[in-house]
Amino acid sequence: MSDKSEQQRLSVFKTYKLYVGGKFPRSESGRVYEVTDSKGNWLANVPLSSRKDARDAVVAARKAFGGWSGATAYNRGQILYRIAEMLEGRREQYVREVADAEGLSKSKAAAQVDAAIDRWVWYAGWTDKIAQVVGGGNPVAGPFFNLSSPEPTGVVAIVAPQESSFLGLVSVLAPVIATGNTAIVVASEKSPLPALSLGEVLATSDLPGGVVNVLSGRTAEIATPLAAHQDVNAIDLAGAGEDLAKELEIAAADNLKRVLRPQSVDHTATPGIDRMTAFLETKTVWHPTGSLGASGSSY
Amino acid sequence: MASVFEYAPAPESRSIVDIAPSYGLFIDGEFVEAADGKVFKTVSPSTEEVLAEIAQAGEADVDRAVQAARKAFEKWSALPGSERAKYLFRIARIIQERSRELAVLETLDNGKPIKETRDADLPLVAAHFFYYAGWADKLDHAGFGANPQPLGVAGQVIPWNFPLLMLAWKIAPALATGNTVVLKPAETTPLSALFFADICRQAGLPKGVVNILPGYGDAGAAVVAHPDVNKVAFTGSTAVGKEIARTIAGTRKKVTLELGGKGANIVFDDAPIDQAVEGIVNGIFFNQGQVCCAGSRLLVQESVEEELLESLKRRLSTLRLGDPLDKNTDIGAINSEEQLTRITSLVEAGEAEGAERWSPACDIPESGYWFAPTLFTNVTQAHRIARDEIFGPVLSVLTFRTPDEAVAKANNTPYGLSAGIWTEKGSRILAVANKLRAGVVWSNTFNKFDPTSPFGGYKESGFGREGGRHGLEAYLDV
Repeated sequence: MSDKSEQQRLSVFKTYKLYVGGKFPRSESGRVYEVTDSKGNWLANVPLSSRKDARDAVVAARKAFGGWSGATAYNRGQILYRIAEMLEGRREQYVREVADAEGLSKSKAAAQVDAAIDRWVWYAGWTDKIAQVVGGGNPVAGPFFNLSSPEPTGVVAIVAPQESSFLGLVSVLAPVIATGNTAIVVASEKSPLPALSLGEVLATSDLPGGVVNVLSGRTAEIATPLAAHQDVNAIDLAGAGEDLAKELEIAAADNLKRVLRPQSVDHTATPGIDRMTAFLETKTVWHPTGSLGASGSSY
Repeated sequence: MASVFEYAPAPESRSIVDIAPSYGLFIDGEFVEAADGKVFKTVSPSTEEVLAEIAQAGEADVDRAVQAARKAFEKWSALPGSERAKYLFRIARIIQERSRELAVLETLDNGKPIKETRDADLPLVAAHFFYYAGWADKLDHAGFGANPQPLGVAGQVIPWNFPLLMLAWKIAPALATGNTVVLKPAETTPLSALFFADICRQAGLPKGVVNILPGYGDAGAAVVAHPDVNKVAFTGSTAVGKEIARTIAGTRKKVTLELGGKGANIVFDDAPIDQAVEGIVNGIFFNQGQVCCAGSRLLVQESVEEELLESLKRRLSTLRLGDPLDKNTDIGAINSEEQLTRITSLVEAGEAEGAERWSPACDIPESGYWFAPTLFTNVTQAHRIARDEIFGPVLSVLTFRTPDEAVAKANNTPYGLSAGIWTEKGSRILAVANKLRAGVVWSNTFNKFDPTSPFGGYKESGFGREGGRHGLEAYLDV
């Protein structure tokens, strides 16, 4: 094949779509916005999600919650690892998208993608260990058996980091679903393409539809109804600026959502468990033991 | 109504407690007057007798207390954990020594039966200090990484239903982790917190480490909003909890909220009925039902409804309501006139909405605030008495047919604090407990507490956990 014929071939553009309920819909609003690379070159027209898209995503996430939170931790771990496998196979695609989105050299973008893949592997291993680390039996001063175990909070809205379009995204998403929550992700406003492409990987990773829902658009426009939504249990404000974060936190108070405030995070460092515990509840279950007491046997 | 089981009065002597006619605010190790000189009275809910006049904290006092706590923080947080531990052990021991005095005091100021303050509240108060004392020099091993740091000044606002116990839940972990404290007790029950200030003095606790500011909601709001408070801990109503969450939005303040509840107590057809009846009584009539985790909704399987209700009514007829200082009293006084009004209006709403009200025959004392144990049948999920937290001795009975229906009904509330399960079938206990969205699930028991056990709510019952290793997290920068 000569250079000439290569130049003559027109590449096939991709129509980027949302990922909601395991499907790839366009925004119900019919709107799109233009996404460019760091030099201002056109990359794609991506869905400009509406409040209705956000609400649809909540419905999908709620519907998926019972099944996902009820799945065994072992099963969730297998699926998270499968996500890493699928990403590894499409590594080149993500390197290209991250390089375009963040204006990085190919090698730097590759480092980001590799770290993101490894992060899925890291969290895959956590699914069946976190309960042993943060739960356990309590030595009650009385004839009771008493056990505290972590449980997922529910539906978590995530405002993904604005700058780290892929590694940052994975760093906030993986811990949320590793623990059995379902998620609605508001992708980086400026660089949403890696997030939207991630949906394609999630869809082919045995992850049940609705566990992760990805929306692109104006961060404030989508995050505001999510923060106020009565059927959202928690919100991660990672990618919200100071003013928006405050506004969202106030809205979140209406149903006492769990709020993870924005903080500076080094996404290249090994994460701690904070992002998992932020969206876990602790349930303490008691039962009498029927221990021998002063009055003799009670069983 | 005389019966063969009538008991002679068995009053606990109140001479063991010496209540001064007036008390100040406790700031920087001293009792002081409020900056604007305001005072309020605290009354005994069972007699309406004025017990003492108390300085009423305002914004200026809050500021002063926070400054004192900030100053004390430097030294307190720098102490070796083993030294902080010893202070907490001292406090725990002094509480044990003065337990009888404090139990009588709490009963006088709160209205709850002496049986409960003596046998439940006070032992737990001491146990909390002992438990967290032991953590103070072991924080490296608590699972939050090496050398976790305290947050600074903790602003704590506590309710009137368990005045000293809630103080212990707040202060013990705060001090163990190296924080200093500004605590506002409820306006209707300030006395035990002020006696605790005296315990701090006896224990030789450094000045400013604990500051106590009796006052009203405005003082609580000032504590929460103070820019130099690093951590907010609140136990109280969900409405106030939401207001606090709004207030601290956009700040770096860490928060724990222990809010309301509408606990479901689920009785399956194979439950041991007599034990279940005891558990139901304990679930809703303990502390006159003024308990956030009270089992205020009884969900009973339809096939045993009649049998259970018959036993329950028979049992309720044996409850003795009256002088809280009498050792035989089961049901004491409602904490305040305001709370009595709230209970009364919700109960009226229950009747107006068509539920059937029942109470045992019961003499109500002439003075004080009282409400007879009350049972509602024919309750639907839409009724206010099934949805709103009543915070009184009022039980709403609903029925179900299948375990799935029980779970659906139990979870049909914005709250998620507590639940009970009564069945002899172990797998059913585990399956149902797993599906309930509640922070504490008591199976074949109810209303059990222990300092080693994390306690706290799902959903609108609040954030965070108190008690156990989990209770440390709220006071550490992790």
